[in-house]
This record gives sequence, C-alpha cells and structure tokens, in this order.
Amino acid sequence: MSRWRTASGGRIDRTRALAFRFDGVRYEGLAGDTLASALLANGVHLVGRSFKYHRPRGIVTAGAEEPSALVAVRRDGARETPNLRATQVELYEGLDALSQNRWPSLARDVGRINDWLSPLFPAGFYYKTFMWPKSAWKSVYEPVIRRAAGLGVAPTEPDPDRYAQCYAHCDVLVVGAGPAGLAAALAAADQGARVMICDEQSEFGGSLLADRHATIDGASAAAWVARAVADLAAHPRVVCLTRTTAFGYFPHNLIGLAERLTDHLDAPAPQAARERLWQVRARSVVLATGAVERPLVFPGNDRPGVMLAGAARTYLNRYGVRVGDRVVLVTATDAGYQAAIDLRDAGVAVVGIADLRPTVSGELPAAARAAGIEVTESATVLGTSGNRRVAGITIARTTSAGTGGDRRTLACDAVLMSGGFTPSVHLFSQSRGKLRWSDDHQAFLPDRSAERERSAGACRGATDLAAAIADGLEAGAESAPTRTAAARRITARSPRSADRGYLGAVPLASDASQKSFVDWQHDVTIKDLAIATREGFRSIEHVKRFTTMGMATDQGKTSNLNALAIVARAIDAPIPSVGLTTFRMPYTPTTFGAFAGPSRGDLFDPVRRTPIHAWAAAAGAVFEDVGMWKRARYFPERGEDMHAAVARECRAVRSACGLFDASTLGKIEVVGPGAAEFLERLYVNSWANLGVGRCRYGILCREDGFIYDDGVIARLAADRFHVTTTTGGAPRVLAMMEDYRQTEWPDLEVWLTSTTEQWAVIAVQGPDAREVLRGCVEGIDLDAAALPHMSVAAARICGIEGLVMRVSFSGELGYELNVPADHGLGVWKAVHAAGAAHGITCYGTETMHVLRAEKGYIIVGQDTDGTVTPDDAGLSWAVGRKKPDFVGRRSLQRQSMQAPDRKQLVGLRPRDGRTLLDEGAQVAERPDQRPPMRLVGHVTSSYQSAVLGVPIALAMVAGGRARLGQTLYIPMPGGDVEVEVVSPVFYDPKGERINA
Amino acid sequence: MPESAVRDVPELPSAAWLGPLPPATRLAFQGGSAARAAAARIFPLPDAQDVCRARRDGDRAGLWLGPDECLLIAPATTGAASLLGELRAAIGTNAHSLVDVSHRQVGLEVRGPLAERILNGACALDLSLDRFPVGMCTRTAFAKAEIVLWRTEAQHFQVEVWRSFAPYVAALLQEIARDYVG
Amino acid sequence: MLLIPCPHCGERPEIEFTYGGEAHLVRPADPSTLDDAAWADYLYMRTNTKGVHAERWRHARGCGRFFNALRDTTTDQFLGSYRIGEPKPALSMGEPR
Ligand SMILES: [Zn+2]
Repeated sequence: MSRWRTASGGRIDRTRALAFRFDGVRYEGLAGDTLASALLANGVHLVGRSFKYHRPRGIVTAGAEEPSALVAVRRDGARETPNLRATQVELYEGLDALSQNRWPSLARDVGRINDWLSPLFPAGFYYKTFMWPKSAWKSVYEPVIRRAAGLGVAPTEPDPDRYAQCYAHCDVLVVGAGPAGLAAALAAADQGARVMICDEQSEFGGSLLADRHATIDGASAAAWVARAVADLAAHPRVVCLTRTTAFGYFPHNLIGLAERLTDHLDAPAPQAARERLWQVRARSVVLATGAVERPLVFPGNDRPGVMLAGAARTYLNRYGVRVGDRVVLVTATDAGYQAAIDLRDAGVAVVGIADLRPTVSGELPAAARAAGIEVTESATVLGTSGNRRVAGITIARTTSAGTGGDRRTLACDAVLMSGGFTPSVHLFSQSRGKLRWSDDHQAFLPDRSAERERSAGACRGATDLAAAIADGLEAGAESAPTRTAAARRITARSPRSADRGYLGAVPLASDASQKSFVDWQHDVTIKDLAIATREGFRSIEHVKRFTTMGMATDQGKTSNLNALAIVARAIDAPIPSVGLTTFRMPYTPTTFGAFAGPSRGDLFDPVRRTPIHAWAAAAGAVFEDVGMWKRARYFPERGEDMHAAVARECRAVRSACGLFDASTLGKIEVVGPGAAEFLERLYVNSWANLGVGRCRYGILCREDGFIYDDGVIARLAADRFHVTTTTGGAPRVLAMMEDYRQTEWPDLEVWLTSTTEQWAVIAVQGPDAREVLRGCVEGIDLDAAALPHMSVAAARICGIEGLVMRVSFSGELGYELNVPADHGLGVWKAVHAAGAAHGITCYGTETMHVLRAEKGYIIVGQDTDGTVTPDDAGLSWAVGRKKPDFVGRRSLQRQSMQAPDRKQLVGLRPRDGRTLLDEGAQVAERPDQRPPMRLVGHVTSSYQSAVLGVPIALAMVAGGRARLGQTLYIPMPGGDVEVEVVSPVFYDPKGERINA
Repeated sequence: MPESAVRDVPELPSAAWLGPLPPATRLAFQGGSAARAAAARIFPLPDAQDVCRARRDGDRAGLWLGPDECLLIAPATTGAASLLGELRAAIGTNAHSLVDVSHRQVGLEVRGPLAERILNGACALDLSLDRFPVGMCTRTAFAKAEIVLWRTEAQHFQVEVWRSFAPYVAALLQEIARDYVG
Repeated sequence: MLLIPCPHCGERPEIEFTYGGEAHLVRPADPSTLDDAAWADYLYMRTNTKGVHAERWRHARGCGRFFNALRDTTTDQFLGSYRIGEPKPALSMGEPR
C-alpha cells in the first residue's frame, strides 16, 4: 500500500487493487478510486500542462468543476476521449490515461517557453498580435495557433461505440443526490409521486460521502445515505440514475441527462451502449445541485499540490488518500478547518493555517486551535515555491498600512485553499430563472423561477446540513402533484461553519512577481483582467471574451465569481452591476455520440424503397437518392458506364418500349363535393371543366406567384381527383393544401388523403407500349380513340384492380399503371415478361431526365428555383385565364411579373454540336468577358440527347423567348461555348408521337 | 393465380416482443358528424369527442386520428372494395371521403413488459398506463418517421407505419431493444 | 422541445407540430381588388411581436389540425390555444408563469 493511502476508512475497496497507466507508467489504485485519487495515492500531483503557458498543473478539485487535471483516456485507436476531468474518471483495471498539452513529455515540455515569453501573450493577444502582415496569417499564425489551441486530441477513426437514447416522464425530477436531493426524492416519493433522481457521481450521497462528522437521524452520514438509497430503490415509482449528468435545461421542463453506462468498466460487454441520452419531461424539477468551493487567487496558486480544502477532505475521507505529508491551509471559511482537522487526525502535519479573515471564532477554528494548529488571522499569501510540486508558501499578515507583516515561508508539499462556496446555479440559469445577488452569501442565488422548478439545499445558499435537508424535504413534498402522506422529518447535525468566504485576489497579490491565476484552464491571471479593464471593458461578458476567462470546457465553474469581483473592484462598481456571464448547456462536456444516439449509419435517416426496389437491385440498377427515396438511376448492362447505359435506354424508349418505376411520385386523393372547387382555387388551371376519366397537367403556385409544384391530376369521379406531385414535393404540397382547406376555405366539403404509398406506379413508355400492354390489361380499350393521351381508366392489370393513366413524361405513347403497392412487384415482373418480345428495356431516372428535357418538360426545383412564374417556364397556356382567383394570381398580375426581360425557359444547342454544357453555368451575351461580367441567365438542365445525337440544354435566359436564333456564350472552364437559343422542345414539337 | 396476385409485403424482422401484423384492409375516413354517425351504424367508429381513442368490435376497429378523421381497420378477408361498398351504402349522401389505404401502411406489434420502454426509445409521449391507457391511439413521431400508435392491451401496442418507413421503424426498434432485451 | 397545447389533443411535444406563422391574417376575399401595396402587405408584412403573439400551429403528427395559440415570444410560455375560426381570446389570462 502506498504511503499516502490511509490504513482504513473511505469508500474504496481495499481488497481490489487495480493496475492502471498514466503516460505509460504503471501504477496501482483501488476499486472505488477516481483517476485523480489513484494518482494522488501514488504521490503524483503533476498531471498536465496549462493551455497557454504550459505551466505544470495538478489536481485542484475532486469533482466536475475541475479546471486543471484534464487527461485523455484511451481504450484503443478509435476510443480515445480527450479533456476528461481526472477527478471524474473512475478507475478500472488497465485504465490507460495520458496527460495533455505537453511535448515531448510532461516533465520536460518545450511549450513552457511560453511562460517565460508570457509578456508576449497577454489578454487579447489573439486580437492584436496576429493582424499583420496579412500574408502571414495563412502560412504562419494560423498553423501555429491551431497547433497550440485546444487541449486534447480527438481520435480520427469513427466512433465504434453504440449510444442509446430514450424519453421519460415523471412528476418530480430531482437533480443531484446529495443531502438535499435525497431528502427531496424521499419526500416526493412519500406523496406517491413518480420520481426520478440523478447524480453525476458513481454513487448517491454527494457531500455526505466525504463527511465523517455528521449524524442524520442518529446514524452516520454514510449509513443514512445507504438507507435513503435503499428506500428509494425499493419504491416502484422511483427511478434512480447514477453516473448521470443533467447537462441541459430546455423549455417546459425538458431536461437532458447523459448517463454513462460503460466508461467505468474495464471490459464493457461488446456492443453494450456506452451512454444513454435521456430526455426527461418533468412536471416539476427540484434542483439540488450543491455548491462548489472557490479557490483563492494568490501568487503561485497554480502549482501542483495547491488544491481546494474540500477536495483534500474528499480524497482523505472518501478515497483514503492523504494529499501530502505537510500541508498549509489558506482559508476564508470555517469549512476549510474541517479539512485541516481531518487531515491532522489522519496523521498529516498541518504546518499552519492562514486565514484571510481579521478575527476567527467558531466551533471548527476552535477545534483546530485546540489541536495545536497555528492560525494566522488577517493573513495573505505572497507566493509559493516548488518546481513540479509546491514546496513552500510565503504568507504574511496584512496591516492597516497595507503591507505584509510577519512574512514567513512555510515548507509544505500541499496547500489547501478555501475561498467560500459558489452555488451551482447553472441549470437554474439555463431554465431562464432569474438570479439575485446575496450579500450575506456573497453569491448569486436563484430568485424567480421561469419554469415549474425550485432549487433546494446548497445551490440556493442552504449550506448547513440540517438546513439543506429541511429545504430538500420541503421542495420534494411541494413538488409532488398531491400531498396526502404526512410530511417526513429528518434530524441532522454537523459542525457549524461560517462560510461567506472571500472574493477576488488576496491582498497584495497584484504586487507579486508570480502570476495569480483566476481561470486555471484558460490561463487567465489577475493581470489579464486588469488589462481588460484598462482597455475599457466594463461588462463581464466583454471581459470574458477579451480574456477568454470562463470560456474553457469548465465554463469557469471555479473562476467566474473571483473574476467578477476583481473586475468590480477594478472599475469600482458593485458586483451585481458588472453582471454575470450566461450559463449555457452542457453543464459538463457531453459526447456527440450521446446526441447522435442511434441516428447514424443505416438509421441516420429513413431509407425509403419502392416495392420494385429489390428487383431493380437484383437487375444491377445503380441508385440515386431523391429525398429519402432510393431511385434506380440507370440499369447498366455488361460493363456499360452511365453514358452508354442511358443512351441505350433512351433509344429503347424512343424506338420500342421502356419500363420505369415511378412509384415515388407523390399522390393525394382529393375527395368530396367541394373537390373540384378546391383545386380550382388552388391550382392555376381550370378543373371544373375536366371530364371524369380525363387528366390534366396542373401547376401549383405559392401566393407569391412562383411555381411550387406540378403534376398530372386525374378526375376519377365527379367528387374525386387523383393528384400527383413531384417525388420530393408530396409532403409540402399536402401541408399547403391542408392549410388552405382548414384555415381559408373551411366552407368546402373536401378531404385530402395521401396515397403515395398505396400505389406502385409502373410507367410503360414508347411506341410499342400499347402492344406490350394488350396482353396485360383487361377491361378497357387501349386504342387511342377510347383511351387518348391524358385519360384514366380503372382496369384489371395483370389480374389486379388498378388504374391505367395514359400519360407521358417521355414524349412517347405512354401509360402509367397504378396498382396497390403489395402487387407492384408482381405486376412489374408480369409487364416485363410481356414486353420481352418487344425488347422492353428498364430505364432509370437519368434516362427519364434526358427524355423529358428533349421535350422541354421542366422539373420543379431543377429548372425552377422559387422565382419562376408559369409564364417564365413557358407554361402560361396552363393558366386558367377566366378564373377570377387562384393561389398566386394576384402576384402574377404585378407589372414586374410580366416584364419582358424576365428570365424565360429556352433551349440551348452548342454550335459545335458536341460540347455538353455544365448545369448551373452562366449565360453571357458576349464572349471573352472579364469579371465582372454581364450575365443574362443560367443553364438548368444539360444532357447528351441520344435520339438527336447532340448535347442539348435548358436554360433560364432574360427575355429568352425573344432571342430564338441568337448566339449566346456559356463561360466554362475550357473557355466560352457558343450556343444557339432554340425552342425548349427539341424533339417531336408537334406531339405526334405522344398522341399515337 | 398469377404471380402478381401474391401480396408482396415489406420484409420485417420479428422477435418475441416484435412482429409484423398480417395484411389488413384499411380505409381512411374523413367527414362531418352526419357521415360519421351514419358509418358508425355498421362499423365501430369513435365519436368526434372520443379524442385519441379507438373503438373495437370483433376484428374491426376504428381509430380516432382527428376531429373529422378515422382510420378503419378490418381483416384482409373483407376486401377494400366490399367494405367501401358497405360504408358508402350506410353513409349515403352525407359528405365524406373514404380512401383505400390498405397497401399504404403496415402494422407492427410491439408487445411484452418492455414494450413501453422500447417505444419510448424514440417516441416522446408519456406511455405510462395511466397517461396512455388501453384503447388510446394517436398519430405521433417515432424518431424521423410518422406512426400511428395504438395501445390494444396493457402490454400490446400496434404501430401503423407507411410501408417505406416500416423497415426504418422496425430496425430502430430493434436497435433500441438491444439495450433492454437480452 | 416545447410542450404545445393542441386544442384537440392537449399538451404534446413540439416534434409533432409544424409552425404556421402569425395568426388572424385572412386571405382577401377578392385579391384582385387590392393594389400592389395592400397585396404586398398581406403577403409579407408581419408584426414580429415581442411578447404575446397569436400564431398558427399545425398538429401535423397528431390530429392534423391547424390551430391558433398565444405564445409569449420572450419566454416561450403558451398562454392558451384555440381552434381555427374561434376569436382570439382576450388577454385576461394573467401573467405567463
Ligand atoms: Zn391535436
């Protein structure tokens, strides 16, 4: 057993030794240790290098507020977590931890030179030093800063761990399981409430886990905690969560909890979730988040071995670790004395106590004095000594003259500091509760709640044990939805302590040559704060950004209030008027994995597949993503590239017959006596005059007059329309329709039902389409006279009741077969087999695009961009001229919407007959311009046309329809391409094929 | 029977706590109170004020989805065409909309003592028995998918989900269950 | 994630809802009678209230209904909700909690 480990006591398991490594060196700890306590048990105090000056740093605290002892824990190449607080890392067999921010080694770090050069790195150096010369930014400053910035190094491999998430609800959520939290949970459970209680530590108890003196209900603190935990665990309506940090308080009592499930295990079960993110909706919240002890700001206060008194007490009483052999206490609280007394009882020499207060009385100081410990009142600290560990401290007495008298240097190997307690109001502030400054407590305390929430215990200033427990009981009972049971009573007794504490730098600190640190993690000293105030910053929010104080991963838990006091003193303003920086979530760093949860890989987004997907995949289709859908893009045969496959597919459709899966098309059934009138008011087209069994191409504009969606609409009955939308537009079109239906035109008896997934849609397109379908479709006459272009009929399709729509997006004779989705694959196979004799060819979205572009059919969202009117797109023929109103009509009447120089849809043909234009390329009137160029439009679609043997393109060009025959120029990487403006209909302009 | 007559349903996993339900006939009903009352004479339909409640009669059930909207579920042996015929005859001239959505969505059953917890892995509603009692149904979100969730028994939930989202919902349920089911 | 009171279903989590902008903007019965300025006003101008705001929501992943709600934009607290067609309640509902 190491000589710093006590012989007995504490909550570690002395029978279970655990081997671990720190920077490659093997050490031994005990089950129940944190990495910090295990290192201290081995006499290791130097654990890292500071951010800016690379100063040796040690362990300052014993909890989540740790600003200094940041380490990386490594399991394997992909599992290395940087910036963990050693005070929170639970020890396990084989734990492999690394210090950070040092090179080549922790003991000999060359970055230390920054400390000697520190006059070059004052506050604000980011903003000033690197401004000039500009050219040096990219080559010199940025790389250097990037290497120096940040502490840990993130692994580069993907995170192999699983992360779980869940939602939960309760009547009362208690955050923190110290004395107040446990009391609150018990009281709420007594009243029959659904309770959840969480604590970030490995076990419940909070401060009681390190308390040797308190008695609660006649038992020791530890015994009472065990009983309370057992009571709660036995309660069927109580959920207890350890290792669970409430990291965020979101509106309406939604609390984010991060539960760490496996980080403390030496061999987590493979595939066990590492963390679980809880989203808890609580009827009421009790915040029992406690308080953190504040460091004192004195010269040389960052030397390893200088730590909080409460931390030293925790290491001793909870972990059985003495933090040194000879300690000095610097304090402004009585609580600090408790640490000194406990350490002395454990055989540690307490060399002296320097108390900043002018006169000290009270139970604990009296006990210290009685034990023979020398107490210096009105004390201050002039500096410390020691290289990688504190070796001495120089204290003095402040006199009325303001000079240090009785200057003495005490040899020691640890310095304990106790500057008072800062209530943890982070979650309260996140909930938008209002804080108030309390002179009595020298702290900001919760004042007005914004949510159904209340704070209890030390986080609202009730630091005395009995008061904290009473406050917790009241909070718990009050938060329960009903109060039926008698109120629980708990009696508690612990030594009285007066803990107003001390804020800001100790007297004479600014005269010292040694740095006095306020923010350990970002290396902010009192000098930096002085510079900020000299620069004229008055608000703490500005000081924070200028000095980066409180902006590190600890968010200044130990530093904010001291900084505030220093600034307030410097500008001679009361503390509340300087303000308090905003507390933001997360309370402690939370992994991205927890936020992502299972939403990664295949589960990142739903992947929507059509009923025909598996067949297409087996046929070798290459798919593309269209929204969440996978659509077959092309079907390559024997080593074809996309270009060859698409050319073959295009030729097949134009010369014989093609088969296309159009199932993703959005479909909405519009039904009711008001259906026709509804569409009349919504779409630009006329619908009243559309006969049953007929189809019409419809355009939907927004109220601003710009095209929102388009699609064919079939009238199935007088009161029933089958509306199709674009693949991506289905949800938003339905939402827009519902909006008008419910809020503008509730007078219409019409209802909307999404049928996108009810129907599989199989497009059969090409001159042979009718012949192919003759053997597949029963019950209707397929001849042109009986079923002309733009008509619809119910029929039996390969034995299945469905709808045959004679529509075409290819410009060829075409049909779209709608069959119930479960039959989609069967019908597809049957049609494919029936078409074999005609050389039926499966085609994908790429060929569909080429064919439609050859016909000048637009794709909403590709050829339009939210600023295109129907007329701009050459679709004014579709607009119902006689209609008094439709959505968008008023906007289209504006003069600017009819200006002749608006961008209009045209076709472009490269003069050289072979250059494929880039989609998105600009259109210019003159060649060889230099920027800034005058541009008159842009290319929206561009394809190689197989049937024409040349590249074609669609473009939006200013005044385009008046430019037919003109030559324009497309600037491309290889130079300007000369194009001729032509009609957007490249193929079969008379439409003879479609009407065949 | 031609190959096309075979129903080709999405392939979904099953486990002791999870199983796809057989194909069913489903109709989306929307309409005013007169149409609803008329339809309720031959089919179990919740009243407009039975918010988020299902009504069952044998193997037929009507689920309240909105103040003028219900999802009707019947066994597949009752074809959509014949059920539509029955209902249209009952509703007569009262304005309404009936749309066959039998193939639009599939049913999944999540069952057992862990059903509530597994569903709460991605469903934000309070599923405790007193807040989401037997017979309650509602459209809601399951992670990035929309579902209809219906508690048919204390430890049985029926999940109705559009067919292309079903594999996602089932896979996510399985992923969640890994942390609860051995 | 807010809790939003649907007047049909009760309080539900925000992920079930879509936002619909300011309430009580009625589409003119005959837009063609409006001059450009009046039309632009209807189309684009919003009050951008700091404080209690009457706004539209849709319980899209729920009962599907649009409804109106009063929300304090400075605190995100809802003061109540009401169905489409119902008048905006008078603001005697007290201070938002
Ligand atoms: Zn609702």
